[in-house]
Amino acid sequence: MNLPDAAGHYGPYGGRYVPETLVPALDELTAAWQAARRDPVFAEELTRLLTRFAGRPTPLGDALRMGADAGGCRIALKREDLCHTGAHKINNTLGQVLLARRMGKRRIIAETGAGQHGVATATAAALFGMPCDVYMGALDVERQALNVFRMQLLGARVVPVQSGSRTLKDAMNEAIRDWVTNVEGTHYIIGSVAGPHPYPAMVRDFQSVIGDEARAQILQIAGRLPDAVVACVGGGSNAMGIFSAFIPDRAVRLVGVEAAGYGLDTGKHGAALARGRPGVLHGSKSYLLQDGDGQIIEAHSISAGLDYPGVGPELAWLKDEGRLELRQATDDEALDALGYLARTEGIIPALETAHAVAAARDLARELGPRGLLLVNVSGRGDKDVQQLRAASQERAATRTRRRPAGKRPATRPRKHSPRAKRNPQSTRRSP
Amino acid sequence: MTPPPDRIQAAFSAASKRGSAALVTYVMGGDPDLATSRDMALACAAGGADILEIGMPFSDPIADGKTIQAAGDRALASGTTIASCLRLAAEVRKRTPVPIALMGYVNPVLAYGEERFLDGCVASGVDALILPDLPPEEAVSFRTAAASRGVKLVFLLAPTSTPARVAAACDAATGFVYFVSVAGVTGARTSLPADLGAKVKAVRKRSPVPVVVGFGVGTPAQARAVGKIADGVVVGSAIVQRIAEGGARKARAERVRRFVASLARALEL
Repeated sequence: MNLPDAAGHYGPYGGRYVPETLVPALDELTAAWQAARRDPVFAEELTRLLTRFAGRPTPLGDALRMGADAGGCRIALKREDLCHTGAHKINNTLGQVLLARRMGKRRIIAETGAGQHGVATATAAALFGMPCDVYMGALDVERQALNVFRMQLLGARVVPVQSGSRTLKDAMNEAIRDWVTNVEGTHYIIGSVAGPHPYPAMVRDFQSVIGDEARAQILQIAGRLPDAVVACVGGGSNAMGIFSAFIPDRAVRLVGVEAAGYGLDTGKHGAALARGRPGVLHGSKSYLLQDGDGQIIEAHSISAGLDYPGVGPELAWLKDEGRLELRQATDDEALDALGYLARTEGIIPALETAHAVAAARDLARELGPRGLLLVNVSGRGDKDVQQLRAASQERAATRTRRRPAGKRPATRPRKHSPRAKRNPQSTRRSP
Repeated sequence: MTPPPDRIQAAFSAASKRGSAALVTYVMGGDPDLATSRDMALACAAGGADILEIGMPFSDPIADGKTIQAAGDRALASGTTIASCLRLAAEVRKRTPVPIALMGYVNPVLAYGEERFLDGCVASGVDALILPDLPPEEAVSFRTAAASRGVKLVFLLAPTSTPARVAAACDAATGFVYFVSVAGVTGARTSLPADLGAKVKAVRKRSPVPVVVGFGVGTPAQARAVGKIADGVVVGSAIVQRIAEGGARKARAERVRRFVASLARALEL
């Protein structure tokens, strides 16, 4: 089975639900991407950038103490956190900037949640000398101030978005509006396997280097395929990146970990696959967090990168096909897992990645001493250090107030942080 | 069963008989509440609108500029849903024979149920639907369901549309074709592209149904200019802006009626 079909459908999902103005640009992009896939010169240049600029291949490490702690399961960590800019996002932005140049587009725009995709886009744009505007929800601008400054250092303009929930989905709305207006000379680099065709398939393609490397590496170090592959799922780019190589290996379980936020039953989470219904957002059909009237519900996660009410259409399809297993981790569980990996393995993962780590601990115990588990460490936690510090201070304060442990959310940075200031259109200067 | 009256076609014929392009006006349903938006739509009709567009609010309106985004936020804040927009259309229909086109995004329609929504359109006297994020390629089953009920499905074309896409949209179109004047989102603009005339001409040549031009038209002078090259002119944000200026419902209705009348007069010059 070859998915998606020519119009970008994965069963009932995917497709192109966009204003007419964009359809010709999407056709052009599809054609350029298809041609590039067959062009050895393009492949060579991308490989050169991935190795000599981004630092690929990333290593596959053994989480020995974590494995022993879980009862002897062998746990392999795919170290995307070691990529240049700190996450897997650079795999995609380098590919898309090359495509933009191929199409003669002179300006780059992007949306970003945690800021990792924004930083990766700003980096690729800087490398090719292209002007770059990054749309970012005003709330995320506040939560991820460090990444905002990194983007500005890289010469990008960060545009805070004040509409809606002021997070990733609103940043994407605004980026689409910019693209509709400036489509002639602008390429829009979507950071996830979401959006209209060809983005879900194209981004998966650029990210599939993760799974291709990991599959070969695990065969080399362990002599067999893993029992399960674990990745966190927001929009789903790191998950599709590592899963894609294993989809045909029916014996390998694919486990996607969504953000349960304050808990799945609180309604404050980012678990579109587990708790959403199919619908149309940002140009494609997939599972969405929405109310009974079809209005999109704001997601919640402690990690800005998982704070998205939708999910890539291919993951929706894999879920319906029974190929994808779903798990969740709450804000608290992610924070615990982050600290655990830091102390046990000497790796501070991104808050997004920490959701996968939390589920991996459980899975490792379930698999037992003969198990072999592959975890995608999609990004590193440097960007989250300020937020982690605030969270741990708040946890300490909560403990001294003798709150019963466990049930209350340990941190709610969104509620406690001051409302975003009325940001000027540009925050080129440091905020 | 006798087919429902083709009020859309009648509206274009009537406008053309009086030597004018048809005037299409837009108000957001439920902005700032259902009763006010009903009176604003009726004020448009009283001012001489030939077709009434009524917006259905969505939380993530990617094709809209700030004015209509804000109107949608007000409508959602007052609890507007697909069901209440259908009720609103029915109330407008009771009071005027002017054709009604509902305009909105596809997700609330999917959530309501496509068939149920189309049945509601028929029951409420809705003549046409405009869904900017539902291009012809994704509308295959919806087209059939709409056609079987006599509800027109209006597709959009843009300055970026290729000849092949113009042909596809014209083949799929019923009621009229909506040509987006500029690459961009909705909202009044100070000037329109120089090559608009040539582009609209090419679409009219290919289209079996009338071609209206919208996005960016906000003044009587712009309406007059566009009216000379198209079968119809859509004015949205400029009306929504006048509603947002506030005041008692009667005062707002009078402001809207006078503005729409000034547009209608400009089209007849």
